Amino acid sequence: MDDATPTSIDLRAEYAESGVREVLDELDRELIGLAPVKQRIRETAALLLVDRARARLGLSRETPTLHMSFTGNPGTGKTTVAQKMAGLLHRLGYVRKGHLVSVTRDDLVGQYIGHTAPKTKEVLKKAMGGVLFIDEAYYLYKPDNERDYGQEAIEILLQVMENNRDDLVVIMAGYADRMDRFFSANPGFRSRIAHHIDFPDYTDGELGRIAGSMLDAQGYRLDDEAGAAMAEYIALRREQPHFANARSIRNALDRARLRQANRLFSRDRPVTAAELCTMTQADIRASRVFSGGLDPDGSRRKDDPHEL
Amino acid sequence: MRITQGCFSFLPDLTDDEIGAQVEYCLGRGWAIGLEYTDEPHPRNTYWEMWGNPMFDLRDAKGVMMELDDCRKAHGDKYIRINAFDSTRGFETVTMSFIVNRPAVEPEIIMRRTEVNGRSIRYTHEVAR
Repeated sequence: MDDATPTSIDLRAEYAESGVREVLDELDRELIGLAPVKQRIRETAALLLVDRARARLGLSRETPTLHMSFTGNPGTGKTTVAQKMAGLLHRLGYVRKGHLVSVTRDDLVGQYIGHTAPKTKEVLKKAMGGVLFIDEAYYLYKPDNERDYGQEAIEILLQVMENNRDDLVVIMAGYADRMDRFFSANPGFRSRIAHHIDFPDYTDGELGRIAGSMLDAQGYRLDDEAGAAMAEYIALRREQPHFANARSIRNALDRARLRQANRLFSRDRPVTAAELCTMTQADIRASRVFSGGLDPDGSRRKDDPHEL
Repeated sequence: MRITQGCFSFLPDLTDDEIGAQVEYCLGRGWAIGLEYTDEPHPRNTYWEMWGNPMFDLRDAKGVMMELDDCRKAHGDKYIRINAFDSTRGFETVTMSFIVNRPAVEPEIIMRRTEVNGRSIRYTHEVAR
């Protein structure tokens, strides 16, 4: 009677034993904020669990379409969530290997006639059994140039998304407005993508917690005044152009580490372990953001002498 | 005449599922897969035509099977084999090779005898079509 169709399935037990719970818990633990995203992922996981249970009971089913689009501003955790999504789909048995292949236009589109198809196929072959993450997917489509090779990549992608639904899941990511325009120009994608997940910007408080956890991971901490300075920095930085949420925070912390190292190095007395791990407000407040300037987030020339 | 070279060649032809399982085994050991085809199965014909580049960095056999399908479309009436290349230092060689496609009618390999130096005989093999 072992291989007979079961008559009932305990979804709770299924949930616990599939390892989905660990992925979701990890998501909760490691990602700060992003409540709507987590909610959507939870719903997706529930849907897939139910779908799997239906299959086990022999109810009619099709392979659900799992291709997704992640929209949101830069630095809102799209790649990180895609990584977790790959793990989740793997545990649920919807992708065989559960690895993430992250690409941009450059990896898919060739430079001359006949170059695009092999290049796109190469990437697709590597992504088989896993998740293909296309960052800034709207760059694939350039409406102003009708001979652009991006169109060729789009056609191959569409074909594979339709025919190899069991073999790979495609996640497209980018800014919300440009993704919308991309989808309206390529209705093929819109109809093949079932899950649209929107990533909201982080609030100041969330960014502060993110800064804390980044520093924790590197073995640093902010003293009280530096913490206050950081909160101020975040509020100011948000108003400036090229604000990239968590990524801006990471860059700011990297620069603060540099300043801290400089500060410690230019003193002539021995340093203690506590001093090595502590950032003071001087390290944060030296940023140009406080004087109305712009911190370079890659938007400025590399050889700028005022980089710090 | 059925050509026997590489692994599994004394077994019935592998089904696609079986080929996939073998490829999965190769990928699991970190070997790179290459496809090659030829219409000349002479044992001395070591280097067959390559079908695309060897595939490094694959995680799943599906990628290989897609290439195999394409290769069959183009060269369905030829021999196709899968080579698994082990790049481990000290090996750096093909560690496994098996035929995955044969022509409907396989050519004969016949032996020719030539008398030289009096009654001495030289043997050679030829593919007869």
